[in-house]
Amino acid sequence: MYSEKVMDHFQHPRNVGEIENASGVGTVGNAKCGDIMRMFLDIDENGIIRDVKFKTFGCGAAVATSSMATELVKGKSIQEALQVTNKAVMEALDGLPPVKVHCSLLAEEAIHAALWDYAQKNGIEIEGLSKPKSDISEGEEEEEY
Amino acid sequence: MIYLDNAATTRTAPEVVEAMLPYFTENYGNPSTIYSLGSASKKAINQARKTIADSLGANMEEIYFTAGGSESDNWAIKAAAEAYASKGKHIITSKIEHHAVLHTCQYLEKHGYEVTYLDVDRNGIVDPEQLKAAIRPDTILITIMFANNEIGTIEPIAEIGAIAKEHGILFHTDAVQAFGQVPINVDEMHIDMLSSSAHKLNGPKGIGFLYIRKGVKIRSFIHGGAQERSRRAGTENVTGIVGYGAAVELAMKTMEERTRKEIELRDYLIHRLETEIDHCWLNGDRVKRLPNNVNFSFLFIEGESMLIMLDMKGICASSGSACTSGSLDPSHVLLAIGLKHEEAHGSLRLTLSADNTREELDFVVDSIKEIVARLRSMSPLYEDYLKKRTI
Repeated sequence: MYSEKVMDHFQHPRNVGEIENASGVGTVGNAKCGDIMRMFLDIDENGIIRDVKFKTFGCGAAVATSSMATELVKGKSIQEALQVTNKAVMEALDGLPPVKVHCSLLAEEAIHAALWDYAQKNGIEIEGLSKPKSDISEGEEEEEY
Repeated sequence: MIYLDNAATTRTAPEVVEAMLPYFTENYGNPSTIYSLGSASKKAINQARKTIADSLGANMEEIYFTAGGSESDNWAIKAAAEAYASKGKHIITSKIEHHAVLHTCQYLEKHGYEVTYLDVDRNGIVDPEQLKAAIRPDTILITIMFANNEIGTIEPIAEIGAIAKEHGILFHTDAVQAFGQVPINVDEMHIDMLSSSAHKLNGPKGIGFLYIRKGVKIRSFIHGGAQERSRRAGTENVTGIVGYGAAVELAMKTMEERTRKEIELRDYLIHRLETEIDHCWLNGDRVKRLPNNVNFSFLFIEGESMLIMLDMKGICASSGSACTSGSLDPSHVLLAIGLKHEEAHGSLRLTLSADNTREELDFVVDSIKEIVARLRSMSPLYEDYLKKRTI
């Protein structure tokens, strides 16, 4: 059901992990629908994304879209990163099954959420970036296990 | 390959294929014809019908062949609802039924029927007291599955049957997962209708039956010729029926030895998983459980990812996560037993056969340990959990 590229990114996800003291961190999705993505950005003084890492709870497509999204924004400027849409992620993965399209939307939102966090921390405004709606860290408290 | 998805379907037994073959190329006559070629088919069908009837303590005339479990469920529920509509329009079922039952009930709700969906407890067991309380003067049908396909829980069918009989209400059970795995007697358990499907017990796909107790007034489902006592028209699936007969004969002969072996393997697998992996638990009842069913929830990870990784190791399994159901909601069964969404998303079902070995299961457990650890290392939920723990 998945393309070879999706399977490749699922089996060998790029940029998995965390960045300590990241310039921006964004978490989107929720456990209820089965997908959570967290993206860490390290942005230098020129506004270039020096490094990016992710962690994802979700299906094969969720992992693959997160991985591809990190590849697409790494080394890019903030404005370039904003151009990485869910469509771009899907195309780069040679497509997704229709029921998995929401995973690519989540990847786009994760980038936006991390950029938003960066803007907040630095008291700046990024043109074309509005407050992401599905950042779970400011929503309900996560439940204890 | 290690096949651990026997609740989805089973390997057709070689004996079954062997029994079917002559009915493709030699005895291919239509059973409704009068020449001897046709009679050979007719005879074979009736022999299979007898084998199946005997296995349930039923009469031959009470076994109606269908195209499978879903057709049997649809027929039993829709036709009974129609036939007894003058008595009432209330049906009782449970929240953990197969979709063939649930969606049929929802269809009837759109056509003026009322349906009560009974809750189940944490292990997936229907409470007979709750059932009694749900019965109304206009209740015409109780339909409760014999055993659940996801968590393997076996329902108190004899008790439910007795309650139905006492109140003069028709009782149907979807026994697709249970038939051939646990002994069933339709009289002792007061079952009026029972659905089954051959491919769950090493028979071919596309053939099932509905047991209808003599005297139950239920309409034809498929109109046409006089096949199946005019209740289910269409030229019989002779090869399928012959295969089903052979599968039931085999299943009944091997049941004791086979299920003993399955239970041993099942409990070994359960023990290893729950003692060697943190933050996981068994779903379903430990005792009232199908001999071959294992269902676990692993926290912080998602089922489809596990399945793909298991597949890469040659292991076939199943999950109740949303991503495997094609919707955003995880399994209705896991939610009904009280799991949170994220706990249901992280479920894994392993259904064995007696052909599995301990060595295979050891490899499976080792693989699951590795996969769970890998997915958790990538999971933001696990990261949050670890951080919370250290605070």
